[in-house]
Amino acid sequence: MSSAQAFLDRLEERISERQAASLPEPTWIAARRQAAAARFEALGFPTRRDEAWKYTDVRRIGEGDFALARDAAFSKAAAATLTLPIEAIRLTFVDGLFSAELSDLSALPSGATVEPLSQALADNHEAVGGALGRLSGVEFSPFAALNTAFTEEGAVIRLAPGTVVELPIILQFLSRANDAAVMSHPRVLIEAGARSQATVVEHYVGEADAANFTNVVGEVLLDRGAIVNHYKLQEAPLGDFHIASLHVDQGRDSRFTSFNINLGGALVRNDLVADLNAQGAEASYLGLFFAQGRQHVDNHTLVNHNAPLTFSNENYKGILGDRARGVFNGKVIVKRDSQKIEAYQSNANLLLSDRAEIDAKPELEIYADDVKCSHGTTTGQLDEDAVFALRTRGIDEQTARGLLTLAFAGEVMEQVSVDAIAERVERTVAGKLPERFNLAELVDASLNEVHDPGLGEA
Amino acid sequence: MLEVKDLHVTVEGKEILKGLNLTVNPGEVHAIMGPNGAGKSTLSAVIAGNEGYEVTSGSITFEGQDVLEMEIEERAQAGLLLGFQYPVEIPGVKNVYLLKAALNAQREARGEGEMPAPEFMKLVREKMAFMKMDPSFLQRAVNEGFSGGEKKRNEILQMLVLQPKLAMLDEIDSGLDIDAMKVVAEGVNSLRDAERAILMVTHYQRLLEYIEPDYVHVLVDGRIVKSGDKHLAQELESRGYEWVTEESAA
Repeated sequence: MSSAQAFLDRLEERISERQAASLPEPTWIAARRQAAAARFEALGFPTRRDEAWKYTDVRRIGEGDFALARDAAFSKAAAATLTLPIEAIRLTFVDGLFSAELSDLSALPSGATVEPLSQALADNHEAVGGALGRLSGVEFSPFAALNTAFTEEGAVIRLAPGTVVELPIILQFLSRANDAAVMSHPRVLIEAGARSQATVVEHYVGEADAANFTNVVGEVLLDRGAIVNHYKLQEAPLGDFHIASLHVDQGRDSRFTSFNINLGGALVRNDLVADLNAQGAEASYLGLFFAQGRQHVDNHTLVNHNAPLTFSNENYKGILGDRARGVFNGKVIVKRDSQKIEAYQSNANLLLSDRAEIDAKPELEIYADDVKCSHGTTTGQLDEDAVFALRTRGIDEQTARGLLTLAFAGEVMEQVSVDAIAERVERTVAGKLPERFNLAELVDASLNEVHDPGLGEA
Repeated sequence: MLEVKDLHVTVEGKEILKGLNLTVNPGEVHAIMGPNGAGKSTLSAVIAGNEGYEVTSGSITFEGQDVLEMEIEERAQAGLLLGFQYPVEIPGVKNVYLLKAALNAQREARGEGEMPAPEFMKLVREKMAFMKMDPSFLQRAVNEGFSGGEKKRNEILQMLVLQPKLAMLDEIDSGLDIDAMKVVAEGVNSLRDAERAILMVTHYQRLLEYIEPDYVHVLVDGRIVKSGDKHLAQELESRGYEWVTEESAA
């Protein structure tokens, strides 16, 4: 029996279960499920012979035995220690199942819909059906097919034209330390109407001893002039497997920013694909990955400049310690008629140990002739002279190394405007630090004093 | 305060210091002069803990503690601070953060709590004004894109904030124009008191016109071959180093 078959058997069990429980489902979902399952069956799990998976071996997932979660029980107190401590609109999923108890939609403004997929399907499945799966076909990868076959739960965010959501919308995915490992296949669908604005945070976190498999597929549609800041804060338990793809479709003058921050997980693969389909569309990809022990983190990004006058800017930083392994593959494709586009890409990696490894590959495919493009990738180590200089000022070695490591991530981190996320990164990357690294308040205080020299003299 | 006895140091197998002896007492300012390659910078680098140097024999004690047994940061916390000839650029680490982390590390080592932010800012602001540095330097990465003179001022600023017991200055005058030299010298002079000592390494007598030493030592070929007061520096300026070398060889 192939390893893929075990997953298909689980799917059969689940379908029978749903039928036995008389859980209705729209025929289009059932049809897609079947088509996706057939696709997955034909493909099987990717192997390292597949170019896109050359450096990432997913056998540990394929050979794993993952059940589906039965309930979404999670103590409020335990969840509180994991959640980002900020005021937000929040949907929580526990091992893929929606938890109403740990969700809070009270601050949702009119014009915005945020709901679990199961509810969106129950309320008006036709409205969801039009968009769901439009960007992410089952052809994208075996994992996307597997996700589609198991589609049941996830998050649906819809912004009516002109709607501005001030508070961040946090999609929190909690992974439990179960007796037997579980898998989840959440969907995220974000439809941003014309000139709407929102910040969406996908937050993956869980109990330290968890060892589950999350396989998420996200789709973001930006209509004319929409602005979406998408944060992914992946700090999954160190035993978790995490596979994700995010597909973005951008209309005219829309702006999409992805902050792809990966700190956790045993085996992590992120695919990020943006299609810039109309003039003025702009995509920024900011990434930070930090891996220790034997963590493996793979980021594949793709920008398709499908229209003239589109802009993309990418900056990924990788930090790898111990025997961790990282992969960065950044691809930019400029179509033949996409003149006057600008595409910039940079990737820098910091190796904290001799046994850490990075495979970095920028790829540019340019078929237009009037474009501005650049790319570059570098890999290096901490500057030992700087470590020494900091220590000669009385700063202990661990803090000195932490400071310098964090400083390396600075270009990306200084653009993170959600403080709670920056704090998580600082704590994970730098270990102990006396206080917030960027010291924004302190610097503000110093500026105030400069403007008002009398302050504090009394 | 500082006792260096029969210090032998090698770098990549080559002996640089060959039995150096030096005693520095509280309140004193010492200047070490000598020709290029004599080992002037090696002494302060070894005291600060630069791991590129190997101490093959001899001892360094500071206030009775064995300096060679101390970690780099412990030396700084004990009050030994080195101002670099070539200060390192540290991209991404803001000056204000370095100052605060360093000051609080020292206070913690002394069993004191962190300095409250307003008090800290007031202190730093005063010291920056004294060093004629623009407050915007606080938000800039340590030494990144600084001119030579700005880097040296920054070294002294760190000293003024951290208030070391023994300040070591390695060629602090190199690359400075006369105005910057005056500012740097004023900074150093403001550190002088009965409890503190200063150890300067310099190639030129010019610096000593602004920071007047109590003792001048001539370092030739890894040893101090002659010591005197500030007049020795003037003599070196007019006569060069050769006569000292010849005299010591005789």
